[in-house]
Amino acid sequence: MTADPLVAPTTNPPAAEAERPSMLQRILDASWLTIILAIAIALIVSSVLIAAADTDVQSAAGYVFTRPPDFFSAAWDAIYGAYSALFRGAIYDYQASGVRQIRPITETLTSSVPLIFAGLGLAVGFRAGLFNIGAQGQVLMGAAAGTYVGITFDLPVGVNLALACIAALIAGAFWAGIAGFLKARTGANEVIVTIMLNSISFYLVAYLLTTSLLRQGGSRPISPKVADSATFPLLLGTQFRLHLGFIVALLAAVFVWWLMERSTLGFQFRAVGANQSAARTAGMNVNLMFVLVMVTAGALAGLGGAAQVLGTDKTLQATTAGSIGFDAITVALLGRSRPLGTVLAAILFGALRAGSPLMQTSANTPIDIVLVIQATIVLLIAAPVLVRELSVPHRIAAMTGRYSIKGARA
Amino acid sequence: MSAILTAPAEPVGTLVEARIHWRATVVYGIVGLLALLVSLLTSSGHETTFMVASRSDVAQIAPFALPSRVTGVILSLAALGLVGWVAWLTARRRKAPVWVPIAFGVLVLCVLLVWVMAGNRNALPLTVLLTGALTMSVPLVFGSLSGLLCERSGIINIAIEGQLLGGAFLAVVVASATGNPYVGMIMAPLAGALVGLVLVMFAVRYRIDQIIVGVVLNVLVIGVTNYLFSTVLTANPQNLNSPPRLPTLPIPVLSEIPVIGPVLFRHTIIVYLMYVAVAALQVMVFRSRWGLRMRSVGEHPKAADTVGIKVNRTRVRNTVFGGAVAGFGGAALVAAGLAFTKEMSSGKGYIALAAMILGRWHPKGALAAALLFGFADSLRSVLGNLGSPVPSEFLAMLPYLVTIFAVAGLVGRVRAPAAEGIPYVK
Repeated sequence: MTADPLVAPTTNPPAAEAERPSMLQRILDASWLTIILAIAIALIVSSVLIAAADTDVQSAAGYVFTRPPDFFSAAWDAIYGAYSALFRGAIYDYQASGVRQIRPITETLTSSVPLIFAGLGLAVGFRAGLFNIGAQGQVLMGAAAGTYVGITFDLPVGVNLALACIAALIAGAFWAGIAGFLKARTGANEVIVTIMLNSISFYLVAYLLTTSLLRQGGSRPISPKVADSATFPLLLGTQFRLHLGFIVALLAAVFVWWLMERSTLGFQFRAVGANQSAARTAGMNVNLMFVLVMVTAGALAGLGGAAQVLGTDKTLQATTAGSIGFDAITVALLGRSRPLGTVLAAILFGALRAGSPLMQTSANTPIDIVLVIQATIVLLIAAPVLVRELSVPHRIAAMTGRYSIKGARA
Repeated sequence: MSAILTAPAEPVGTLVEARIHWRATVVYGIVGLLALLVSLLTSSGHETTFMVASRSDVAQIAPFALPSRVTGVILSLAALGLVGWVAWLTARRRKAPVWVPIAFGVLVLCVLLVWVMAGNRNALPLTVLLTGALTMSVPLVFGSLSGLLCERSGIINIAIEGQLLGGAFLAVVVASATGNPYVGMIMAPLAGALVGLVLVMFAVRYRIDQIIVGVVLNVLVIGVTNYLFSTVLTANPQNLNSPPRLPTLPIPVLSEIPVIGPVLFRHTIIVYLMYVAVAALQVMVFRSRWGLRMRSVGEHPKAADTVGIKVNRTRVRNTVFGGAVAGFGGAALVAAGLAFTKEMSSGKGYIALAAMILGRWHPKGALAAALLFGFADSLRSVLGNLGSPVPSEFLAMLPYLVTIFAVAGLVGRVRAPAAEGIPYVK
């Protein structure tokens, strides 16, 4: 049985498939196709919400039976307006002039940076069978530590940034390590402990922002701006916010790939995730693995926090982590806990984050629709059978008789 | 033949004894000593004033002041005495009665109150504090009962947060639209049940990891309610987002008892229903056929199936019911006539989950844990008004810290239902 992290372990292994799948079946079952279909279905579901909340559509719906074209054109206008604004905000702004046209895509990459880091951290945990909900807290602690170094020390350019990143890494690793240590020593459920640590870190940072450690001085709980020497250098000049953190995030993804696929430690992580008892029988120190997995996850999430503050925000607030930690859960799930998948998923969600403000201002579609899109995508990805049941190509293929919806790898 | 009839006189091998677990006792001891230390460090001249009467009471009790240091020390010593007794019981391999941790917790909380309010010119309104604790714990109680119903039947319900939020949303919208808070309260479980239905369909039919579905459903419900709030509710706040408050129904006679009356018997119908729900579930889960079937499906689905219990049907029903219970908790969230705001459940679903685990999957345990969280919330808001030496952020952290200590130290390796989170395939 493959250790697919999305599918819960079953007591009985699925029956071996009797016949070799046809070519059509194999093409339609490709996971990338499932993902594309899931995204398409999610956009359709969300467009229903967009249309339903639009006032023009609501008034046209009043006389839908007398003049249906009005209703459909109003719905189309609402949906097209929202999604075209999303596209212009996230990928390519064809209404802007000059280099500003490609600014949206750089914004997308910028907002994906913390998601890549935190998503990679969670992915490591998922593959080791640890459900770490604590990325939120780890991101925040990392951001706080990075900010502290950034506003306190005045070191040469590269050194200050490196020190801030190391501080963030250690803070995140320590914060996650608490959960790993407690699980190893006392069997405390990591889901509960990480949820609690999220709330504690929120209040802890809120407190630190009112004290001299991180306080700016005014009444607002916001830290001073970090020193320029501690910020990530910009990659494409001052017109764009894309910073070196993106490259570091990609390197982190390569590192995670090496760690999980090529190193002994990663093999042990995966073994613990696949079967704890077997791993223990094989002589692995399962408890130590719990701690190391959480430390790795926390270090990556902490770096994500540092990238957010030192690359994008430049100052720390209690809300700096925003929903990064929770988005990262969906990122890791969508990426199927693989490094490449996680990076791509983070860029997709980064695009939704980057594009949604323009959608809100120019098409009056609230930002919150992005959450619906994200959640629907992940739900559908998690249930490939459902996507097959819903998708048109699969339906047609099933009708032509060379493909069965139910029979395919459930 | 006679060899079989005469049993061997001497025992075979050495007598095997279970290890004595000292961890709980040690944790109690440390907490007790901390309480004592804190009390001893209080400066001796300070007094702590308590105010027990509320304005509407028949029997008025004047506020009274206690010397902070002496009171704290006496209470801490009493707590340490309890620890000593627990240690004595543990050494004799006997279990401490259920009331011991509760009494210990109450003593330590009293020490905390005495210390926090030492030298404060304001009196601590005890009745207000306890009433607030109960009110704030109601959504948590319903949430953890929901988690309990689902997990006892083998489905992990992380979506409590979404169920609370959905319930609150529907309660607000329906109550505002009809102008009747009771209609809103009755409709709220529908939203929770819907979330529960989606959860269990994905879990049973598609066999997806239940924690993942739960987390994603929370995001989905947050997204949908936020979106509808920003569009529909914001466009028409008078008709859709101004719910009337549920009337307070004081119970005759009982509500006139000093302290206890206002705290327990001067509430909305939701609180009384909570008393009923906890008591009923405590009996039903452990004493009824329905409860036995639910637990058997959660512990050993194969055995349950063998004796003819429909495993997946039981799971679907209980999860939908559990969702409805959490949705009712959402109605409790807005019972005071609150308008809906974005993400107004603010993590209460996760806290309810923690309360359920702290309460070891028992209704009465969940009630006790939820009351603890409610108390911490209430303490924070009361002290926020009176001023306290401890920053409010640390008071806010307290329940979360307590949970970590409890999960790590006292509860430790609690046994969740054995088949929890594992889909059943025939």
